[in-house]
Amino acid sequence: MKIPGVRGLKIANPKYLSVAAATVLVIIAFVYGSVSYRGFFSLQTFLNLFIDKSFLLVSAAGMSLVILSGGIDLSVGSVLAFTTMVIASLTEFAHMNPALAALIALAAGSLMGLGMGLVIAYWNVPPFIATLAGMFFARGACYLISIQSIAMRDKTLQALALWKLRFGGAGFISFNVIIAALVILAGIYISLYTKFGRNIYAIGGSESSALLMGIPIQKTKILIYTINGFCSSVSGVVFSLYMLSGYGLHAQGMELDVIAAVVIGGTLLAGGTGYVFGSVFGVLTLGIIQSLIMFNGKINSWWTKITVGVLLLLFIGLQRLIVALGNRKSA
Amino acid sequence: MAKKNLRFQSIAGSKVFSALIVLALLLLFNLFFTKNFFVITIHDGHLFGTLIDILNRGAPLMLLSMGMTLVIASTGGTDLSVGAIIAITAAMASKLIGGNLVMDTAAGVQTYVTETPMALAIVIALVTAMLLGLWNGLLVAYGKIQPIVATLVLMVAGRGIAQLITSGQIITIYYGPFFFVGGGWLLGLPFAIFIAIFVFIAAQLLTRKTSLGLFIASVGGNAEASWYAGINEKAVKLFSFIFCGFCAGAAGLIICSNVKSADANNAGLNTELDAILAAVIGGTSMSGGKFSLSGSLVGALLIQTLTTTIYAFGVPPEVSLVVKSLVVVLVCFLQSSVASGFFGQLSGRVRA
Repeated sequence: MKIPGVRGLKIANPKYLSVAAATVLVIIAFVYGSVSYRGFFSLQTFLNLFIDKSFLLVSAAGMSLVILSGGIDLSVGSVLAFTTMVIASLTEFAHMNPALAALIALAAGSLMGLGMGLVIAYWNVPPFIATLAGMFFARGACYLISIQSIAMRDKTLQALALWKLRFGGAGFISFNVIIAALVILAGIYISLYTKFGRNIYAIGGSESSALLMGIPIQKTKILIYTINGFCSSVSGVVFSLYMLSGYGLHAQGMELDVIAAVVIGGTLLAGGTGYVFGSVFGVLTLGIIQSLIMFNGKINSWWTKITVGVLLLLFIGLQRLIVALGNRKSA
Repeated sequence: MAKKNLRFQSIAGSKVFSALIVLALLLLFNLFFTKNFFVITIHDGHLFGTLIDILNRGAPLMLLSMGMTLVIASTGGTDLSVGAIIAITAAMASKLIGGNLVMDTAAGVQTYVTETPMALAIVIALVTAMLLGLWNGLLVAYGKIQPIVATLVLMVAGRGIAQLITSGQIITIYYGPFFFVGGGWLLGLPFAIFIAIFVFIAAQLLTRKTSLGLFIASVGGNAEASWYAGINEKAVKLFSFIFCGFCAGAAGLIICSNVKSADANNAGLNTELDAILAAVIGGTSMSGGKFSLSGSLVGALLIQTLTTTIYAFGVPPEVSLVVKSLVVVLVCFLQSSVASGFFGQLSGRVRA
């Protein structure tokens, strides 16, 4: 029921429901962990979620834009690995300044995104297939550089990796978290407050309608995948600082984690519905599942996999339930 | 005459045609650059050669791509769990069959005996695979969860389940007759090929000679409209996922029999992506509704030929992924309207 003039009911708007559901789930999981495990309830446990998943947060921001436009990008994990490889090889073998190496890696990642965007926009190739090819290509490119893992021994990189922003004695965050926060904020800004962002929503809602409205579909799509290539690369820079190594096998299967995070965060794979902000809670959900298992500590490797699967199902199911109940109430 | 021309145009415009062109190009490449690629020899009444090998190794992928085709066609989504289903089926089969060393007192030789009758073991493994497919289908049709996410659950948990069955170990099979599934010969050809062909013919009959094919296309095109038109869209989706589970199960049996063991971690790893690729290259639309089983078969053959070519030609393993991506891009280009416009102009100029 719509009541004109009442603004307080905004949260009951079905548009926000999925994001609200994801938020509620994270809170429930955190409370459950705090009650069940000693030492779980602390600011640092919460901050660790951001520290350990900062690369996922960065990638999720870009992936949200892609999925909002109705597309999908499978190449993020490979482009991440490729970025770590480029940075590692340039700093280790060519003794290049790490900042310059990172810039080159970012340019390379964006170029890969641009390439996929061009294929998708001009050849009308389904994003799934075009980015699958991109995934093969970026992984292959890693092995072309080296099939072995390269350690990063550069002083600046190591110092940056160990740098901490302390909140008194209560806890700290790493440099990566700051990067992730900036990328997420940029993602929110782009998606909600720019013309390009509105075009993304329009294309995701209905491509044919967007075309009739005169929205530059090809240009927007190319830009989306270029931005996501850039995000994957930034995520690779973050991952480099996290692992301090470049390796072709880094982040295998990460694309599915990112997609799952975005979807749990309330974005529809069909496109047009969702918020970049929701993906943050999607990533936190995945992070909390991992922390809960870690704090439990008694589960062996195969039960861990099964537990992750069951928890994933539980979260997806609960989310659907909350949204369904909310829709009934507002209807 | 004009009619014949029109027919050729429609074939040339179809996506399968582009896949066939690339397949032909690959074979042509091998004709010139790979030694003995087309040589087929006969040993003990069995045919051997790279071409036979492609068919044999490609059988699991062909099966997977057919199952995937129906899932894509009826839901517009994909089934990511086929790799996990392969691992579970392989684990089940090897656990049930195993092989105990038993002394045959009459002959005085030691023979391996299966733990469960082989036929029963195979049926149980296949039924398990279909139940897993049913589970995916229930999540998608009744849970209304998007297919990629719904099947992600089994993809993550499935390998754990397979490890649970094998107690985290690689189980080796010793029982001889089971090796026939993935390594046997019939009429001079590997038996695995016959499994793939049999499933293909059955699926083709089901979707072309009954109304099921029409239902799948209709539900994939617009599930809600199909429901209003009186089609049980949930049942159609369930069928697709069960069929996909069955195909994954059959592929799992072939793979497990071929390597004579079950590796819960690595059996069928990343095959879901190849299966999706095969289906889409073959002309199945990822938004659902349009599908071609024979196209998927061509797609699977193309991918397997590419893989075999990479090995046979001796491409360094680190380059193989790049080569694969470039071939996929080539197929995508040929299937795009840009290419058909280009070739259309070309053929127009030739005619003029």
